[in-house]
Amino acid sequence: MRQNPPRSFWQSLVVRIPYAWLLALFLVPFLIVLKISLSQSAIARPPYTPVFDLAAGWHGIHAFFAALSFDNYVLIGSDPIYVVSYLKSVEIAAFSTLILLLVGYPIAYAIARTPRHWQAVLIVLTVLPFWTSLLIRIYAWMNILQRDGPLNALLVALSIVKEPPVWLSTNTAIFIGVVYSYLPFMVLPLYATLEKLDESLLEAAADLGCPRWKIFWLVTLPLSSSGIIAGVLLCFIPIVGEFVIPDLLGGSRSPMIGQTIWMEFFGNKDWPAAAAVAVVLVCLLVAPILVYQNQAMRAVERD
Amino acid sequence: MQSAGSKRGFAPWADPSVRPLLRLESLSKRFGGFTAVDHLSLDIYEGEFFALLGPSGCGKTTLLRMIAGFERPSTGRIVLDGIDLAPVPPYRRPVNMMFQSYALFPHLNVEANVAFGLKQEGLSKLEIARRVADMLALVKLDTFGRRKPHELSGGQRQRVALARSLVKRPRLLLLDEPMAALDKKLRGETRFELMELQRRLGLTFVIVTHDQSEAMTVADRIAVMDHGRLMQVAPPAALYEQPNSRWVADFVGDVNLFEGRLGDDGLSVEGTAAGRLRVAAKSEAEPGQVVWVAVRPEKLRIAPEQPLTGLDNSVAATVVDIGYLGDTSLYKLRIRDGSQIKAAVANVGRADGALALEQRVWLSWPPEAAIVLTR
Repeated sequence: MRQNPPRSFWQSLVVRIPYAWLLALFLVPFLIVLKISLSQSAIARPPYTPVFDLAAGWHGIHAFFAALSFDNYVLIGSDPIYVVSYLKSVEIAAFSTLILLLVGYPIAYAIARTPRHWQAVLIVLTVLPFWTSLLIRIYAWMNILQRDGPLNALLVALSIVKEPPVWLSTNTAIFIGVVYSYLPFMVLPLYATLEKLDESLLEAAADLGCPRWKIFWLVTLPLSSSGIIAGVLLCFIPIVGEFVIPDLLGGSRSPMIGQTIWMEFFGNKDWPAAAAVAVVLVCLLVAPILVYQNQAMRAVERD
Repeated sequence: MQSAGSKRGFAPWADPSVRPLLRLESLSKRFGGFTAVDHLSLDIYEGEFFALLGPSGCGKTTLLRMIAGFERPSTGRIVLDGIDLAPVPPYRRPVNMMFQSYALFPHLNVEANVAFGLKQEGLSKLEIARRVADMLALVKLDTFGRRKPHELSGGQRQRVALARSLVKRPRLLLLDEPMAALDKKLRGETRFELMELQRRLGLTFVIVTHDQSEAMTVADRIAVMDHGRLMQVAPPAALYEQPNSRWVADFVGDVNLFEGRLGDDGLSVEGTAAGRLRVAAKSEAEPGQVVWVAVRPEKLRIAPEQPLTGLDNSVAATVVDIGYLGDTSLYKLRIRDGSQIKAAVANVGRADGALALEQRVWLSWPPEAAIVLTR
């Protein structure tokens, strides 16, 4: 390990700002949600008990902690609707991340192999959809995927199908919307690693007897693993909690976990249950982040 | 004077019955409007250590990359062992290359890097392990097999790259500036290790370098290149003592040139800045033709008085610059027409007879020390 020189006051301040940011905007809100998840639903304002009240003194604080319970977590474990919702979210996220990787890798590879002055243009084109609001783009997809929409019109015109199929309110529509929306998050980290790939390594592999497909398998793919991991996590984690796309394009029969949380909050007005579902989701997602952290640390050590 | 052979008495190029291992026939490579290699023909023989020497951008690396198969020739043929390599992709050529950047696979350890090429041949695990171990022992890296490239020093990485390209026992090993990234001391040692390795394995090496002392040390023959063309192909000593042009004489080492007209006897050059100069070997140029007398700096003698041998090959000069290098001293001297002469003197004694700036001296050289160049 390298020995770092002692930091000055200003240097250490700069280093601490990100920690302060995480503390104020991630850890504190999370602790509030965690507290709510241990509360009981009530018809009140706010709609749960107990409420922390310093005025009640030491006795009040004792009573506050005594009133907290894990009932909501027991509920999540016992009602299959939650388990099914988690599984569906993970399934949709895993499958669409796989599609994203299969679609995004060739795109990133092609951009990285384009002459340099064209690469910037292609990268801008990749992120161009972000210029428009996600909501508007998903509404546009609703239009495209309608029964009498442009997609079916095209398929019928090309005689690929006889009867226009139903797209909306299916998992297929969710996959289309998710893959479309998250593609830049997959392409950008992959491009960043592929663009750095030393061309002479590919030549060396060819020189040592590798045909082209084998060079890809033995050199390009392993050397882009950090980009693959970054892209997969950047897509998988937010897709698990995705709300807008499944809500607008998917069916209502089996909701994803984002929709379930929304329902608990706004339909059932059960803040504690919604908070508990959210806490479990965070815990589920911390696992892949830790894997990524570990990988990133190893990459830093390697350089 | 010079034999056609190299220092180890190895000279297949002088024997017309020997078939060359590699034959380049009128090879050209153009990139758009730029001609990197220009109708170049060259024979390289089995067991030879061949150097391509030239300034950067002279096309030597392009030539190497064409032999390896990374660049397609615009015209001409590359024939190895009698087989035209044009339709053979890089991964099927019996040629390996050591890259200037080494191009070691960063995700593989030393053993896996060296084993990479053997695995593509489909050899048994046992055979691969044995050959990798042998090769690592040969380059003295036996204890480093489990390390990743980033855990090695520059010199060790260079050896891994060498081992990786040698382990497949190529018919031809191409080395692209193999020592450019090493520090000076290590470079000196590595040259001799490379020569020993080449001789022990009996393989044919083609090295690309811009460093003339490197080429002179390792190579049996050197091809000097400029602007995509061969200027001269010769063993190191012949190249140094009998350059065929002013350009080669100047590129390989330092040289003093005196322009004049060839005398009637073919053994003297008239009207140079140093007067009439005599040479030992008869030039094939016509009498009266403009020629140049070339004298290497270390062949000049510096004396305080005019030598008694006569007026030929001696000239009065003033010391204008002194470079003390320890083992030798380099002097710049001005002669009467204002031009500068370079002289190198080995410091045999300890600072005896050292010259001072502005000192008046006489320069002289024997007729055998000079040669006549016609271009």
